[in-house]
Amino acid sequence: MEKFTPFESRMVMILRDNIDTDQIIPARFLKTISKVGLGDQLFYDWRYDAEGKPKPDFVLNQPESKACQVLLAGDNFGCGSSREHAPWALTQYGFRAVISTSFADIFKGNSLKNSLLPIVVPHDAHVELMQNPDARVKVDLASQTLTLPSGRKVEFPVDSFARHCLLEGIDELGYIQQQESAIAAYEASHPAAIDTRA
Amino acid sequence: MSKPRTIIEKIWDNHVVAERPDAPSLLYIDLHLVHEVTSPQAFDGLRARGLKVRRPDLTIATTDHSTPTTPRGFPILDKIAATQVEKLIQNCKDFGIHCYPLGSDKQGIVHVIGPELGLTQPGMTVVCGDSHTATHGALGALAIGIGTSEVEHVLATQCLLLKRSKTYRVRVDGALKPGVSAKDIILALIARIGIGGATGSIFEYCGSAIRSLSMEERMTVCNMSIEGGARAGLVAPDDTTYQYVAGRQFAPQGARGDQALARWRQLPTDDGATYDKSITIDAASLEPMITFGTNPGMGIPIRGAVPNPTDITDPLERDSLARALVYMDLPPGKPLLGHPVNVVFIGSCTNSRISDLRIAASVLKGRKVSPHVRVLVVPGSQQVKEQAQAEGLDQIFRDAGADWREAGCSMCIAMNGDQLEPGQYSVSTSNRNFEGRQGKGGRTFLASPMTAAASAISGKVSDVRELL
Repeated sequence: MEKFTPFESRMVMILRDNIDTDQIIPARFLKTISKVGLGDQLFYDWRYDAEGKPKPDFVLNQPESKACQVLLAGDNFGCGSSREHAPWALTQYGFRAVISTSFADIFKGNSLKNSLLPIVVPHDAHVELMQNPDARVKVDLASQTLTLPSGRKVEFPVDSFARHCLLEGIDELGYIQQQESAIAAYEASHPAAIDTRA
Repeated sequence: MSKPRTIIEKIWDNHVVAERPDAPSLLYIDLHLVHEVTSPQAFDGLRARGLKVRRPDLTIATTDHSTPTTPRGFPILDKIAATQVEKLIQNCKDFGIHCYPLGSDKQGIVHVIGPELGLTQPGMTVVCGDSHTATHGALGALAIGIGTSEVEHVLATQCLLLKRSKTYRVRVDGALKPGVSAKDIILALIARIGIGGATGSIFEYCGSAIRSLSMEERMTVCNMSIEGGARAGLVAPDDTTYQYVAGRQFAPQGARGDQALARWRQLPTDDGATYDKSITIDAASLEPMITFGTNPGMGIPIRGAVPNPTDITDPLERDSLARALVYMDLPPGKPLLGHPVNVVFIGSCTNSRISDLRIAASVLKGRKVSPHVRVLVVPGSQQVKEQAQAEGLDQIFRDAGADWREAGCSMCIAMNGDQLEPGQYSVSTSNRNFEGRQGKGGRTFLASPMTAAASAISGKVSDVRELL
């Protein structure tokens, strides 16, 4: 995993509450066996018409959105299905952070494992961001600060372990594997309740 | 004396492998359910790292999501879906995992077959790359939906890194009125707290109304915990649970069964244990519920009126409701009752078990579905299908004019050929009414099997109590 570094970017805004992962990537695209090639399917049903042509009025189809690395969304972003295809599609489009007032649990966990930073801001900062559609923000994970267009810095919460993994580029599976002796000890003292192969 | 604990804390504590400061707990996983959609990238990850599956004996696989519900002899016409299904079978072969593939008499929706086979047991930790994993909580298990990276972690290490969640008690007391079911309890809860209302929490459902539910009804309630934002949801085990588990294929037998039972009896929440949050629902006050909008929190009693966006002050909330009504093409302030429907879907991990089919059949028996409505009845597993056929339920459905299908997720997820056409309305016993969930442009009203069956007959959103 690459280390998560500070960056500055213009925002793309999709100002709806409760954006579910079925909107982020519809289920019919989950038949893939690959992790890649999902960026074009991001928000597919909002982004393309019935013939599959891009809708010019949808924000992700506007040329200036292509370089944006931050998505500003409404409350409870990423609710619904556990599909990790959602953060895969978001990062493959080019996003490195999503700003909202809250995130669904599974989406948040999936995002942090894919170097997509879920940034929770208080309501007043969210309102300030919504009022500045063309503005740029600065994201600094090390100091856990988001710099608003006004220059005001807002601290955001991040689980300390996830932050450490992102900043250092540490892969969680590697971390779990380092605890092999504890896992083996647990197994030795806890006989399995089932054998699925029996 | 030690501090009184909830069942959630007890199961958690029993599974902690390691706890380090500034890191989530490392939890041991007793049962890992795998399906075709969220696993291929995880198996590729194992290959890339040269890893094995640590505990194939605690892992089980089946195909359900992208699998058609057409007769089993038919090939999978969708080439991409066929590749995904073949990939699962190959991955299971390569990594030594037992799989119930298409054509197996044990195949079915993961959350139906786990309990059905006796794999899910009280006190277990259960994971699956699927957000409806909380279903298994009905047996008193801590069952958590995970992403594909975590599927890979569990395959490789049988462990999951997880932060402790808040505990959230949902107490439902009293008796349900006729025509009101477990599905209505959970839809009413979500309508009350909203779809993000339990983010960061795990539900424990308790109270006399929950106690009097059958095991399958408890599965319906637990299944939709995620629709309230909860990480999991469970019901403490009791005699209903023990009787359900006893004798199933993977359930402990004989002396091992007695030992297990003694352990399970220690699981229920201690007197005096406290929860971070609590809500109480009066079962007797509940009506049959139906959703009108584009998330499961947008629910109303069957005779209620669709809310009006102008009554909401928060601009984004108001906009969400307004957008939902535009998508659903519904006028604000009017009842849903009597709204025409095109499709009725009875199935999904929420409501596809034998008791769901029995109750739907009891409504449809001797009646005909509306000629304007396509009705799909999709059993949750091949075993449910066999049982239903042995009881003659399939004949009741066919005689009524419904389509009797093979087991799978079907129209709940619309990635397997079963889907709505753009603009169509369904009454569906599934769990999600998100935009396009049942097919691009499709519009979903979530409801109980009874409400779905009643609506199938009239061709309109209907109150089943008129037929009882």
